[in-house]
Amino acid sequence: MTRFLMADAPVDLNGLRDGLHLAEAGGFCTFEGWVRNSNEGRPVDGLEYEAYAPLAVKEGERIIEEALARFDISHAVAMHRMGTLRVGDVAVWIGVSAPHRDAAFRACRYIIDEIKHRVPVWKKEHYLDGDAEWVACHHCQTAPRASDNAHDHGHHHHDHGSCGHQH
Amino acid sequence: MSPLYGLVLAGGLSSRMGQDKAALTYHGEPQLRNAFDAVSPMVEQCFVSVREAQKDEPLRAGFPQIVDAVDVDGPAAGLLSAHQAYPDAAWLVLACDLPLLDRVTLETLIGVRDDQHVAVAYRSEHDGLPEPLCAIWEPAALEALARQVEEGRKCPRKLLINSDTLLLSPRTTGALDNINTPEERESVSRRLGGQMIRLDVEYFAQMRELAGQKVETVETTFGTVGPLYEQLKEKYGFPFEASRLRVALNGDFAPWTQPLKNGDHVVFIPPVTGG
Repeated sequence: MTRFLMADAPVDLNGLRDGLHLAEAGGFCTFEGWVRNSNEGRPVDGLEYEAYAPLAVKEGERIIEEALARFDISHAVAMHRMGTLRVGDVAVWIGVSAPHRDAAFRACRYIIDEIKHRVPVWKKEHYLDGDAEWVACHHCQTAPRASDNAHDHGHHHHDHGSCGHQH
Repeated sequence: MSPLYGLVLAGGLSSRMGQDKAALTYHGEPQLRNAFDAVSPMVEQCFVSVREAQKDEPLRAGFPQIVDAVDVDGPAAGLLSAHQAYPDAAWLVLACDLPLLDRVTLETLIGVRDDQHVAVAYRSEHDGLPEPLCAIWEPAALEALARQVEEGRKCPRKLLINSDTLLLSPRTTGALDNINTPEERESVSRRLGGQMIRLDVEYFAQMRELAGQKVETVETTFGTVGPLYEQLKEKYGFPFEASRLRVALNGDFAPWTQPLKNGDHVVFIPPVTGG
């Protein structure tokens, strides 16, 4: 079953949630990323997401696989949008169910952080003044990730997202 | 300054290649011959570094040899054995698996040698760290390497990192690419022969807009994507340094050093901004 979706149209989120509603699960966490109406002080009208979809799905599935291996969770599903989105639209959706809440929270955080660093998706912002720009990578040097503090950090071999060579 | 001797390292196991790298033919000659002939006119004396078990092997037997006399794994054995045999010499050390090495790369090393540094080496194009096996090692560096090995650390590169090494930027792209696998050998032979391959390069996002197209067929003799990216960056004005990009070959992430083959699908992946 597909656990990572790259969707070029809105997805039925209740349907995704239902697939996570398992008898063994005592808790369920979601993260939704929404298109907001400004970025760095500039009023935003909407967004465009472009993806290298086959590799995005492959890398996204790897992230879900890693989350299932690292955290005591029952199931996890994630969805990332492609195409044109308006303010308020759901850009990314992550759902994790688990026997207990702590693992669900942590896995949810792990998955969104890894998606932001590794999945080949690019965002173009359309501003109210009619301008549009590809967003520069801000997380490369600065933002810590949940996985940076995880106890099993050492097992996780990749560099900081897309910002370095791998050898 | 100390007299400069040459040492061509031919003691490796060639395990990834599956056959003796010193005997592989490039430019119509075994690579050991090419390497020796490149170094010997530039130094007072030149030797081939071999293990005891290799000294009578026909190709190696035709050269002046320094047989390993120091028991340590890896290239440190050759370096320390040469130092033991001629302690007052500085050594121009050269691996024998660098078929793209050119004269200017060696001449530059020798030309910038001075009294202030214990070694001269190039920065790797791949990780920026010193390349120890196309480098000049002064006696002081070899003495320090001997001490480091005694402490259990046998990596010559580590010694150069921790020493006062004069580090140079590469003179020729790819000159220090070592050839360890049959795939790398095929790619470099193609490049030396000027044989073209066709690649499909697919662009996304900002790079797609700058290139003005989604997919482009490129003909190239390059063996890896690094020089190809530099060429395309120049052509289209891509704003990203290669060090900020990842590469995908045929649908999955791949190392920049992966040899290219005809028909490969290439995607350069700029910093991602999803989520």
